[in-house]
Amino acid sequence: MTDNRITKHPILTPNTEATVNFKFNGKSYKARPGEPVSSAMMAYGIIVFNTHHKDGAPQGIFCANGQCAQCLVLVNGRPKKACITPVEEGMDVRSLEGLPELPADDELPEMKEAPVTKTDVLIVGAGPAGMAAATELAVAGLSIIIADDKQELGGKLGLQTHNFFGSVRDCNAGMRGMDIGTLMAQELEELENVSVWLGSPVVGVFVDGMVGVLKGDKYVLVKPKHLLITAGAREKTLAFPGCDLPGVYGGGAFQTLVNRDMVKASNRLFIVGGGNVGLIAAYHAMQAGIEVLGLVEALPKCGGYKVHLDKIKRLGIPVWTSHTALKAEGNGKLEKVTIAQIDNTFTPIPGTERTFDVDTLLVAVGLAPVNELLLKAREFGMSVYAAGDADVIAEASAAIFSGHITGRKMLREFGHEVEIPQEWYDILDMLRAKPGPTHELEIKNPRKSNVYPVIRCTQEIPCNPCTAVCPRDSIRTNNGKMTGIPQLWSDCIGCTRCVAICPGLAITLVDRSYDPTGKKALVTLPWELPVGIIKPSQSVRTVGFEGEAIGDGKVIAIRSSGWQNRRQLLLVEVPAEQAEKVAGIGLFPLKEPAHGKPATQEDDDNTIVCRCERVTKGDIIRYIKEHDCTDFNALKAGLRVGMGPCGGKTCTELVMRIFRQVKGKDAKVEAHVERPFTQEVPLSAFLDGGEE
Amino acid sequence: MANDYDVIVIGAGSVGVPTAYFLAKDGLKVLCIDGNASSGQGQNKAAIGGVRATHSDPAKITICKKSLELFSTWKENVGTDIGWKPGGYCFPIYTEGDEKTMKDMLPIQKRFGLNIDWIGPKEIAQAVPGINMAGLRGGTLSPEDGQVSPLMAMESFTQEARKLGVEFRFREKVTGLKMDGNAVKSVQTSAGAYSAAKIVNAAGADATAICEMAGFNIPVIPDSHEAGITSPVRAFLPPLVVDIRKGPEGMTKNFYFGQVESGQIIFCYTPLAPILGTDRRETSEFMPIIARRLVGLIPRLKGLTIRRLWRGLYPMTPDGVPVIGKAPGVDNMYLGIGMCGQGFMMGPGVGYNLAAHITKGKPTMDAEIYELLSPKRNLGRGKAERLA
Repeated sequence: MTDNRITKHPILTPNTEATVNFKFNGKSYKARPGEPVSSAMMAYGIIVFNTHHKDGAPQGIFCANGQCAQCLVLVNGRPKKACITPVEEGMDVRSLEGLPELPADDELPEMKEAPVTKTDVLIVGAGPAGMAAATELAVAGLSIIIADDKQELGGKLGLQTHNFFGSVRDCNAGMRGMDIGTLMAQELEELENVSVWLGSPVVGVFVDGMVGVLKGDKYVLVKPKHLLITAGAREKTLAFPGCDLPGVYGGGAFQTLVNRDMVKASNRLFIVGGGNVGLIAAYHAMQAGIEVLGLVEALPKCGGYKVHLDKIKRLGIPVWTSHTALKAEGNGKLEKVTIAQIDNTFTPIPGTERTFDVDTLLVAVGLAPVNELLLKAREFGMSVYAAGDADVIAEASAAIFSGHITGRKMLREFGHEVEIPQEWYDILDMLRAKPGPTHELEIKNPRKSNVYPVIRCTQEIPCNPCTAVCPRDSIRTNNGKMTGIPQLWSDCIGCTRCVAICPGLAITLVDRSYDPTGKKALVTLPWELPVGIIKPSQSVRTVGFEGEAIGDGKVIAIRSSGWQNRRQLLLVEVPAEQAEKVAGIGLFPLKEPAHGKPATQEDDDNTIVCRCERVTKGDIIRYIKEHDCTDFNALKAGLRVGMGPCGGKTCTELVMRIFRQVKGKDAKVEAHVERPFTQEVPLSAFLDGGEE
Repeated sequence: MANDYDVIVIGAGSVGVPTAYFLAKDGLKVLCIDGNASSGQGQNKAAIGGVRATHSDPAKITICKKSLELFSTWKENVGTDIGWKPGGYCFPIYTEGDEKTMKDMLPIQKRFGLNIDWIGPKEIAQAVPGINMAGLRGGTLSPEDGQVSPLMAMESFTQEARKLGVEFRFREKVTGLKMDGNAVKSVQTSAGAYSAAKIVNAAGADATAICEMAGFNIPVIPDSHEAGITSPVRAFLPPLVVDIRKGPEGMTKNFYFGQVESGQIIFCYTPLAPILGTDRRETSEFMPIIARRLVGLIPRLKGLTIRRLWRGLYPMTPDGVPVIGKAPGVDNMYLGIGMCGQGFMMGPGVGYNLAAHITKGKPTMDAEIYELLSPKRNLGRGKAERLA
């Protein structure tokens, strides 16, 4: 039996053995304890989870975040989202073919009214912002409930295997996101007045000030004095022909599968979107031993940090800017993707199509705040706050910071005179800012040391771990700010700490004392790919910071130590004159992709926009035109767009884009009316409110 | 000066759109005005879509017979699927008093030719699989009633009305009526003024305000009901089910639910104390209460999954009977208002008869029965309908 679990990883420690027995369509498999059904299935290469009741279309994982319902399976006869249902011993999982049957279980269950849970603060989402806010609030002896739909604390921090950007002092920059998550979770669990509700999605707020929480299998009403929404973000998506095929899913979903669940979900991957999520996903894929065939970005430049971009370029991943994914194709699942260059109106240029054989296509085109509860609570006049991505989309370091600030703001509501330093707001602004301009690389070695770092961090981004770890305080930013360009200002003792901590892998160390003849130099490179790819004394091709070929080198040693935080250091011998240029080693030769065919009008018309109700782009355009429609709600009535289990979370923005395309960008379009619940809730959850 | 239109219909909802459709079918030039951005955005989309002729009031029986005829043949006649699902209404009965109530209505229902009978518990259990048999005395089943999708029906009526030349003006709230003696001269909206020979008030929950603009008062007082829908399952429940008992929780009167043609279960209850007003924001109270009522009646419903909740308004008249016909004291205004929560099922029947009244001077239904709905009746005589 194929087992696609990741057993070797440069950063992550493999999870426990698969020991939990379950069946899928009658066949026996084993899952890791606590693993979601979806990941257990994908570990065995099962990627089609159900067929849609309208047209029999195969569906599989899409958001891996409990937000959509593409991953529905029958679990012990009941439809469940595979991505948020943990496997249990003896579970009978079946693919859902069409509509489920209502089980003829005629036993009258026990029913009693649910007591209302009162609390000072209800925090929705236990990610970086929620946890940070909880630690601020808890100290004052208030009653706090922090609820999260996942089975573990930490939110998306757990997926972030890379070292964090930001400031060392304020948000543990330089540590890996997942380790920060663990640290924050430990701190939170020690707080006595914080009740942690895991596996508990918050599904609705009501005009009477109540909040509905699906606490495990029970629906509980909570009446908070103040509500804090730290529900994070969900991934935006794109509609293109074949976007609904199993194998096309979000970049964040991919990180969940690979980094949280350690399932090698793909063998051959392509990525749409050059923001940080897409760039990091490419890197994480390489770390998991997945071949990445390329990445497209619609804009002329990638929007993510330059250091993330360069990191994947050095690994030989082709990055196609001003390109888009034209179509995905496959028989029942993704088999190939065609990309094309686009002009400045984002129109594909005929003749530029290229086709890649892939099994997975990641769509990483940005994030949108999960803020529907926030908006409803505001509409209902509740005392509600928001922090993190639910408030403003930014890096997790910013989420931590905004959590702390918001926590303190809320403390003031309870009459606690806490200080919120102005500096905190300044740092938050800095952390939330888009990357600034990129400058020319300037290598400084003021003391003419034989050993010195080459700091290729030339873009203004909020990050300063290198300045904090230098034992001689020799690295400082050019303007003293976190977003400044770090440079060597004094002597270097060659400790390599800056090489080991730089989140962007942008620092190398040149040692010219290595060869007394002066012909060769030793370069220390940061290295986070699987152990075993490179061996000591191996001859290698060297590449520059952006992946350009430099020359030849030889690996002298691979070094690791505790403080390097699972990062390896490669010591590579190179010709002395190339020492400052070498920033990596070329591992994978570029392959020229095959030419592809353009997408036809028919392909475009048949693009699925509303996945839940299988509504095509052609249907929507025709409807808007024929009915002169400017009301999303009419579209719902006419075509059932947005009426499915995800409640329009996936397609609303896509549909609004089509409205603008057809009616003009300034057309007034009535927004679609949001109603509870934000996620579907089993009816049985309402019957017995349980203990109090 | 010539009028802009033959008829202006105020309100593009359950009553207004079918009325406009039938008026245009009779060859009139019709304008339909609504403050919302498209048709059916008031209470229409909040309806659960049950359509029955098996009422106890002769006028409602007659009107709904017409609606049923139109809905059930719509696909063959017009070609559009509106989610029509035959299967009838089933009232399972658990108490002696309720049994008497239901049986007492049968003679009048049969007199109007309705297909409805009292059946035993076993037959009820056949119609409603998994129903709680403890204390079940039997009940009524009326197989010719059914369910329709309010969204799809409104959509189709609107398109067909458009094809017949009805002009729709959306996002225009009626701000006033310009009177000329005893007649409405023109309708003023937030965007303009339009004149017509005749005006129809089909303004649903806003009906009283429109009446007042013409100088008379008909009390249509909205109260609100919450409803919800599940995700779809395979077809298992043919009839729409009404449980007329009061709830053990002391908050509810009857509740009702049915499986729509596309597989979802749609449900609603009547609050014991009416919740007056136009607030349509969701409360936390509804779902736990209706869940226990649903599962108490059919335990296997516990396997369903709830998708969405909403709230809609019942524009109530004092006697629980709609107000249809010529407006009192105004020469050229007609009313199709006060549907008391049954606007969707009555809409086509009301529109059909109102259009005939306007174009031919009299409704197609029996004039004597039509009179029961007259705006001129004594509206203060209390609740007449036993099963509103």
